[in-house]
Amino acid sequence: MEPILTLNNLTKKFGHLTAVKDLSFTINKGNIYGILGPNGSGKSTTLGIVLNVVNKTSGDFKWFDGNTSTHDALKKVGAIIERPNFYPYMTATQNLKLVCNIKGVDYCKIDEKLEVVGLLERKHSKFSTYSLGMKQRLAIASALLNDPEILILDEPTNGLDPQGIHQIREIIKQIAEKGTTILLASHLLDEVEKVCSHVVVLRKGVKLYSGRVDEMISSHGFFELKSNNQEALIALLENHKSVSNIKIKDNLITAFLNEPIDSGTFNQYLFNQGIVLTHLVQRKESLEEQFLQLTDKN
Amino acid sequence: MFRLLNLELQKLLLNRTSKILIFISFILPFFVILLSSLKINVFGFFTLELGELGVFNFPVIWHLTTFFASQFKFFFAIVVVSMIGNEYSNKTIKQNLIDGLSKKEFILSKFYAIVFFSIISTVLIGLISLCIGLYYSSYNEFNIVIRETNFLFAYLVKLIGFFSLCLFFGMLAKRSAFALAFVFILYIVEWITFGLLTWKFNMDIAEKIQNVFPLKSMYKLIDQPFQRVAMSKFPDKGELMYDYAVHWYEIAIVLAWTALFTFLSYRLLKKRDL
Repeated sequence: MEPILTLNNLTKKFGHLTAVKDLSFTINKGNIYGILGPNGSGKSTTLGIVLNVVNKTSGDFKWFDGNTSTHDALKKVGAIIERPNFYPYMTATQNLKLVCNIKGVDYCKIDEKLEVVGLLERKHSKFSTYSLGMKQRLAIASALLNDPEILILDEPTNGLDPQGIHQIREIIKQIAEKGTTILLASHLLDEVEKVCSHVVVLRKGVKLYSGRVDEMISSHGFFELKSNNQEALIALLENHKSVSNIKIKDNLITAFLNEPIDSGTFNQYLFNQGIVLTHLVQRKESLEEQFLQLTDKN
Repeated sequence: MFRLLNLELQKLLLNRTSKILIFISFILPFFVILLSSLKINVFGFFTLELGELGVFNFPVIWHLTTFFASQFKFFFAIVVVSMIGNEYSNKTIKQNLIDGLSKKEFILSKFYAIVFFSIISTVLIGLISLCIGLYYSSYNEFNIVIRETNFLFAYLVKLIGFFSLCLFFGMLAKRSAFALAFVFILYIVEWITFGLLTWKFNMDIAEKIQNVFPLKSMYKLIDQPFQRVAMSKFPDKGELMYDYAVHWYEIAIVLAWTALFTFLSYRLLKKRDL
């Protein structure tokens, strides 16, 4: 796999506060990565360092094969950080022309990218007249101008209404389908779960996990069960070799598994033991539950 | 280089406020000089014609026009500090860097814009002086006309120097109003230091030291011309004599400040987390 961004023991201190601590991970071409972490966990600082706006304290990072300077590499990167930042007195087209001049891209890309984000009709309106959703979409258009190899998005749906969030996610999915590598920082777990294939989890500047989303914790999922014969069911579960742990809340019994077992076999087994289930659901932990387990454990 | 200049010009000329200020900073001195050269009838009592006084003779006119025009540099100074202040308040400085402009290029684009507008201003003042001079001057020999055109060069250096100082204060304060306040504070500090030095040593030494300070050294490039005009009227009064010429070391001092302020602006941006 072709690496796009490699971080090696990257550290950033703001006075006494260590915002990013010994962070190492690699972004490979073609995947969609999420950087996940609560507010203040160092996501934006990490992105700021690799984007040349925050100075690192120690460690290093390299773009692509390592032979490209950060300055040149950024011309092959599209990035938006936190809020969309443009000149309020310029129109969308004028703002994008400026970005074209910085990145060395032809002006003919402007209309093409405005089309992608659905802002073509408003291209001659001043940026200051845009709604937040439109500003964010303009920022995406701007990041796409150079047909980047990697698109970096820092909390792209922050502060948007549900429609705006939906529009942005649709655009991200479209871009991902074209094979562009995406790095998405977010504190919204379902956002990362819906969009990303790989995830880096940060807390207080420390990496807790990096890898595929579905392998985040080694878990075989759990069953949610209900029966009219609660006591017998609990007794049976406690002695079952595949069940590691049970939790009882109201009438709902949650049985965590320590090895894979399919629901049919499990149901058949219980029925043979004389227990009739009124409720059976087999689930894997949602990313939120996995995330909380991960952050609680450490 | 043209790419960077182009970037900055786009940022400035699409902004209505800075467009107006740039226009004023060029047109106002132009008109003041033009108007002063006209014959003005003061309420029918007497006619005022500065041309009669011989102030528009070559080579004095170069000294006079550059001195007066440089008083209007404050308008463009507002543009310089606001072009930094706006980048910070709109956070576009961050976006520019993310889009692939290096920190060095960012400062250079500002510096090129300063040089560009200073050159335009110098050319305009040069042209108007030449026209008025050719109209009024008693001497039109080529040698006399081009004598003391080094005042034009001094004017250019003075503008670039002063605007570099504003650029640095703009980067330091991040806000236009604070940056202008810093320039004003520097002015006061320079005079206080001058006062202290006079008290400690004497006026002569204090003045020599003060001539190296940023604002004073820029002012000193083009000395006030009033005494010179008076001198030409009363050539026998020895006490009016003073050194008004543009000296190479005065230019060197201002160029050194220019280089220092531009470099410090870059260092400041490089060290800063945005």
